[in-house]
Amino acid sequence: MKRSNTGLLMILTAASIVVFFILNIMLGSVEIPFETVMNILTGSHDEPAVATNIVLKSRVPQALTAIMAGAGLAVSGLLMQTVFRNPLAGPSVLGISSGASLGVAFVVLLSGNIGGVALSRLGVIGEVTITLAAIVGSLLILALIAFVARKVRGNVTLLIMGVMIGYIANAVIGVLKFFSAEEDIRAYVVWGLGSFSRVSGNQTTVFILIMLIILPLTFLLIKTLNLLLLGNSYARNLGLNIKRARIKVIGFSGVLVAIVTAYCGPIVFLGLAVPHLCRGIFRTSNHAVILPASLLTGASLALLCNLIARMPGFAGALPVNSVTALVGAPVVMWVLFNKRKAEI
Amino acid sequence: MSPRSSIIISDLSTGYSSGRHVSTVTSGINASLIPGELTCLLGPNGAGKSTLLKTLCGFLRPLSGNIIINGRNITEYSDHELAKVIGVVLTERIHIANMSVDELVALGRSPYTGFFGRMSLHDRKIVDEAIKRVGIENLRTRMIHTLSDGERQKTMIAKALAQETPVIFLDEPTAFIDYPGKVEIMQLLARLCHEGGKTVFLSTHDVELALQIADRIWLINKAEGVKTGSPEDLSLSGDMARCFRREGVRFDPAAGQFMIDNVCRGHVNIKGSGLRAEMVGKALKRRGISVENENPAQAVIEINEEAYRFDGRDYNDIASIVAAVSAFFDAEREN
Repeated sequence: MKRSNTGLLMILTAASIVVFFILNIMLGSVEIPFETVMNILTGSHDEPAVATNIVLKSRVPQALTAIMAGAGLAVSGLLMQTVFRNPLAGPSVLGISSGASLGVAFVVLLSGNIGGVALSRLGVIGEVTITLAAIVGSLLILALIAFVARKVRGNVTLLIMGVMIGYIANAVIGVLKFFSAEEDIRAYVVWGLGSFSRVSGNQTTVFILIMLIILPLTFLLIKTLNLLLLGNSYARNLGLNIKRARIKVIGFSGVLVAIVTAYCGPIVFLGLAVPHLCRGIFRTSNHAVILPASLLTGASLALLCNLIARMPGFAGALPVNSVTALVGAPVVMWVLFNKRKAEI
Repeated sequence: MSPRSSIIISDLSTGYSSGRHVSTVTSGINASLIPGELTCLLGPNGAGKSTLLKTLCGFLRPLSGNIIINGRNITEYSDHELAKVIGVVLTERIHIANMSVDELVALGRSPYTGFFGRMSLHDRKIVDEAIKRVGIENLRTRMIHTLSDGERQKTMIAKALAQETPVIFLDEPTAFIDYPGKVEIMQLLARLCHEGGKTVFLSTHDVELALQIADRIWLINKAEGVKTGSPEDLSLSGDMARCFRREGVRFDPAAGQFMIDNVCRGHVNIKGSGLRAEMVGKALKRRGISVENENPAQAVIEINEEAYRFDGRDYNDIASIVAAVSAFFDAEREN
């Protein structure tokens, strides 16, 4: 694909983020006019306090969370698909998000049984605990995967090991659920639906800052990722230390998933779909293009999904997870169909 | 252009080891690769060609013995150092959607580019040269997944050239390619050796082609390990014939070809000469009937301007006369 086209597409994607961001702030249960939004965002204090509060305390953090989560999941999925050279790989494939779920299940489902207090009633402390539990759970699984990755040679073996670890985590969650109070199970299920507005206040800032540090770091992997496309033997012959590269890429991908899952719940689909969407649109496998493209497209799609979930009528009732798949799957299928035609 | 490089192999054993389990494929290999020469590795299926090649590429550790490249043991090289000495082209097909030939060849520069893999003008120039030397300028912007097997193989060779290694190893580069394509690839590789000073080592099943074009042959089989020499010396010594010995096939050292052995059912005399006579002889041979013009035989075929004559009858084409002669010998045997 010609360079100019790539640049143009990249600019269009970035522009769509801006448009969706503003729409995210304008639309919702209360509609706020464009001018008011602009005034509030540029720091004017003349607007009504209610509108300012809604925009700054609720909608902006939520939109920023969506941007970071979407970008993180998309990049994470791309890394997994490249390192395993498998189009079905995604952020959840190695059981890392199951690890997060397991962590959350432990604290949510056991707190009621042991402490006698449902964690879901504890407000901010509960939120922080859940986030920490998710991070600890997913990082433990990630460490386990990294350990296995050093032992096994084949990619497929590692992939299957990851899937098995995921099954084990889910089975343990099942057992925990069986022994838990209905109220706790409901809290756990709600967490599992995924949301960009679960966390609030300072926690959002922390999340955004962490992502702002990790996402740019993934750009250091571009050369490694391009070499991995050639398969292990060719990559190695071109001077790549395969085991180290594999652990580095899986590590980055895993940390991204762990953090997004901790703050937003297990949001599926975006990570699997966005890289395919980008390959279809940008017509290249070069990670110098496809990595930033996935990052931008992921952010844009997450904003769009968040927008749809809050459409008048749904009023925030729709879980993000349903929207991502309902909107995203047909889009990806359409792109793949078109691509096939172009290749023939 | 590229520095000459020597590879000396002593007492090498190749094979696989996992944990305590070791399975040796070939042992006691002593050989060396000579700079500027095209060397072909020949041997029957399952003789250990791929294992040897993988070991030489550094993908497998030697079970014992040494591979000395430019005075240093292969095990002392890091992946990155080895990437500047040995370029490989493998049989495995790479499946990458949406990567152009140009981009793939450019990846050959990876050992030289910096952290982000950005190409300098110098890198660009070397990629252009590699593409030109392999003769795929017209494919530059084509996507790899749309290439034919031959085109893909040439692209991978261009990648190895862009890598600027003095040594190139290829695992069956002529597999899956039609005959003219095979010749083209082999001639290209020979040119890289003789004009470019590269050391090229490849495994192949195209024995006849290899014997015509290689400077040196390595023969490998389970029983005898590896034997090296020029194609002619190995043919004369009978090693070629021994390496591929199997029921029904015979190696003809003079022609450098494999012949199919047929059970001889009888002899004929052919009166006449020229291409038509030779063709009749070939067709009869397929049916196990050999032409003996020195001694009188049971059957006589006459070839004249208009037809083929046998047993008092004229036949218009070779197929029908051969059928008649064959039937004649069948009848003979039953009597």
